[in-house]
Amino acid sequence: MDLLHSLQLTLAEELISVSGLILLLVAAWSGDKAARLISIASVAVLVACAALAVPALAGAAAGPDTYAFGAQYKADAFSAFGKILIYLGAAVTLIVAPAFLDRFNAMRAEFPLLVLFAALGMGIMVSAGDLLALYIGLELNSLAAYVLAAFLRTDDRSAEAGLKYFVLGSLASGILLYGISLTYGFSGHTDFAGIRAALGAGVMSTGATFGLVFVLAGLAFKISAAPFHMWTPDVYEGAPTPVTTFFATAPKVAALGLLMRVSIEAFGSQPGAWQQIVIFAALLSIVIGALGAIGQDNIKRLMAYSSINNVGFMLIGLACGTQAGVSAMLVYLAIYVVMSIAGFVAILMLRDADDRPVESIADLSGLSKTRPGLAVALAAVMFSLAGIPPLFGFWGKFVVFQAAVQANLVALAAIGIAASVIGAFYYLKVVKVMYFDDAADKVHGRNDLAHTVLLVAASIFLSPLGYLLTNWLHLLAGNAASALFHA
Amino acid sequence: MSGFPILSLMLLVPLVGAVAVLKAGREQARMIALVATLIDAVLGAMLWAKFDIGGAQWQFTERAALFAGFEWKLGIDGIALLLIALTVFLMPICIGASWNSIEKRAGEYYAAFLLMETLMIGVFAAQDLFLFYIMFEAGLIPMYLIIGIWGGADRIYASYKFFLYTLFGSVLMLIAMFWMANAAGTTDIPTLMQYNFPVHAQTWLWLAFFASFAVKMPMWPVHTWLPDAHVQAPTAGSVILAGVLLKMGGYGFIRFSLPMFPEASAQFAPLVWGLSMAAVVITSLIALVQHDIKKLIAYSSVAHMAIVTIGLFAFNQQGLEGSMLIMLSHGLVAGALFLAVGVIYDRLHTREIDRYGGLAINMPYYALFFLLFTMASIGLPGTSGFVGEFLSLMGVYQMSSWVALVCTTGIILGAAYMLYLYRRVVFGVQKNEDAAAMPDLDGREWAMMVPLAIVVLWMGVYPETFLAPMRKDIAALEARLAPASPKGDSDVKIAAVKPAAEGSHAEMAHEGEAH
Repeated sequence: MDLLHSLQLTLAEELISVSGLILLLVAAWSGDKAARLISIASVAVLVACAALAVPALAGAAAGPDTYAFGAQYKADAFSAFGKILIYLGAAVTLIVAPAFLDRFNAMRAEFPLLVLFAALGMGIMVSAGDLLALYIGLELNSLAAYVLAAFLRTDDRSAEAGLKYFVLGSLASGILLYGISLTYGFSGHTDFAGIRAALGAGVMSTGATFGLVFVLAGLAFKISAAPFHMWTPDVYEGAPTPVTTFFATAPKVAALGLLMRVSIEAFGSQPGAWQQIVIFAALLSIVIGALGAIGQDNIKRLMAYSSINNVGFMLIGLACGTQAGVSAMLVYLAIYVVMSIAGFVAILMLRDADDRPVESIADLSGLSKTRPGLAVALAAVMFSLAGIPPLFGFWGKFVVFQAAVQANLVALAAIGIAASVIGAFYYLKVVKVMYFDDAADKVHGRNDLAHTVLLVAASIFLSPLGYLLTNWLHLLAGNAASALFHA
Repeated sequence: MSGFPILSLMLLVPLVGAVAVLKAGREQARMIALVATLIDAVLGAMLWAKFDIGGAQWQFTERAALFAGFEWKLGIDGIALLLIALTVFLMPICIGASWNSIEKRAGEYYAAFLLMETLMIGVFAAQDLFLFYIMFEAGLIPMYLIIGIWGGADRIYASYKFFLYTLFGSVLMLIAMFWMANAAGTTDIPTLMQYNFPVHAQTWLWLAFFASFAVKMPMWPVHTWLPDAHVQAPTAGSVILAGVLLKMGGYGFIRFSLPMFPEASAQFAPLVWGLSMAAVVITSLIALVQHDIKKLIAYSSVAHMAIVTIGLFAFNQQGLEGSMLIMLSHGLVAGALFLAVGVIYDRLHTREIDRYGGLAINMPYYALFFLLFTMASIGLPGTSGFVGEFLSLMGVYQMSSWVALVCTTGIILGAAYMLYLYRRVVFGVQKNEDAAAMPDLDGREWAMMVPLAIVVLWMGVYPETFLAPMRKDIAALEARLAPASPKGDSDVKIAAVKPAAEGSHAEMAHEGEAH
């Protein structure tokens, strides 16, 4: 009975695992011919799993009823919110990838399977209620991600990206594991509730503090927060663009979700201990993300620094340590995923006359004259990332800074928002190149319907019409955040 | 008051127009833009006609709970009414000014302008703190594009400077708004205007708002974006920039800084006076040595705006009414002067003063209008400029005779640089052959100049039309400011009843501390 209940709660994971294994057999049997079919089937599985998560989110599921396998796994509203975004990001990756990989003759049957298993790992990450379940999910995701980064085997940059990601990622995993072992050693527990109870509200022992610091450092690497951000620009630039789309969306949600859960559930009784670390990482990420982006001339590297910058803003929500802060962070995360999807889909649509990807910002000169629709979409993404109203990207910053002010972190909010002006500079640069410069006329590629539909849908979401969704978005994010605080 | 949502309609008309012109060709685009702005002008006239002077403070209110965290909430008082009227009056003229001069990407150009109109009306009509902020900030995007795409040689530098300066000013205001909404538990502007924030917090809040409004205004020394932006913007862009965008700063002071933080306003009044005095003298002297006509008028705008700020921080009815009138008058006059520059720029494609001369001979009607607007800019009695400057300086004289003295030199210097400009461009010998061959105003230019000239004279001769709608709101504001108002150095009347006045002042101050 208990096992049955647990299996019921983990239905999405079971569905992905089983269908992943079946599709693996299909791939082994029919080879790369079946790659398209497997992609379509994987998208269907991911969409179905996202739909499975909806009831928990809408019903604000929380508490022991949502615990499976002795609270190792929690199918609450918080994990449901994260999973919907993760599966959405993974599905978009699979939709945009075939057209790109086909041009390099690299559309292999393994691609959708790797994405599928990565999604499985990420689902476990956001649902984990135990440090070991957390680590299993994280590694499942990471191993798939290392292979994905190096997926263009013949491309040096891709191989380099894969190797860098692997070496640095393993190091971070090691640090995380070391932190986990210290935490276990000094608290005697690996489950979050047990750690929380063992740490208590009193003074933290030095060993436990070390454990906390190592855990946070490992996780900061995964979310590419400064000062553990160094891998991001290289990996974003080198990885095939659909894979970069994936990295910028799903794993980011998973790792941030994980960070939130660990901070609030496991170390929730010691907010003072991690708040200062998070504040430091947030401000440093905002500033490094903004300054680092200024000199970039590759748009994928620019987006990498932009992601560091945006993670900084999201961490401000976590730094509040309040339910409103977490809720704001989730709202920001949802908007950020859509901004990233829109940005990378637009980048994928930039191709020259020989159908090769255009990545240099200088080649976008005068895009507004040659491809006005694409230029408007990309400009909307840039202004949105910069957080300029009336675009919807502003709303993410709005809720996060509002939460910070409500949590009495006025100085943090003021410094953070002032630093966002530095960031506006490089987003403006892209708009300037597209709108003010003379046409370079480099972009010619024709695009399929799927890209166009995705870009239009994401752009509408980012337009001022997005504000009409705020009530709904806040309700869902509020459900998710309250699940975290009433575990 | 509910009923027909005329304010929402006024926001919607240009927005629909903006979408419609985006894909249209040049001919259709300018026609659609003209029709949309004229419809809005008519709606604006209806708004004024239906506005109940002496009635409820907030009229035409509408609200809809569409969003989380803030509301769609509109409504206007007399102050907002006048500024909305100014906006909708200037917009068709701006479209007219662009009629022939914009050749590349006309659809996008008119779309940006119509979007600007929506956002400007939105700023003045918003009754929700965050709705105001969104409208206030959103104007950056179309203005950035207008300067950057259709501007002159150094347009890119100017567009960056404009964008980043104003953005930096505004983000700190956003943090202050969060604090206020959190402390007061509401985002409703009329409620916040009555809310008494703790005095120590007011200081910080005032500074955050000041950072934004001082840049928008612009006040010396953060005015340097303005001459660059003006010189590089197309004619219509300059008209809108000078005519309406600069008024957002003044509107911000009168709607937020003064009524919401009266104690802090009194505390910082000397700072504002000091900056304004510096601005009047310094920018007037800078204007005197300019070779570029637009730059000269841009610096004169900074000087005029400084007289607005001293009037606002005079804490009395004359000063506040004077400031509002200068804002309206400057909107018309600076707009008209930029149009006048546009007229000759379209013919000769240069803004160098030396390239002109003796235009009175070949362009007599042009010379006539230019003279009228020059005189209005100087503040000659009978034109709109006089009334506002007189009231404003009279207001500040009650506070500080030194400030009034220094700022009045601005009028003298203003006369110097404007007359010197007029002499070099319009009088003298026709030293340049191409300038001497320029034709006089055509029908389109007459149609733009005449309405402006009529309103400028009207405001100069019978300002009551413009004073009446805002009198009650200004009186309410003065009453709100009275307890905190600093003591003037030259008000003899107060001195006669000194004990009573001081007693009430001390009592109020005591109340302030009790919060």
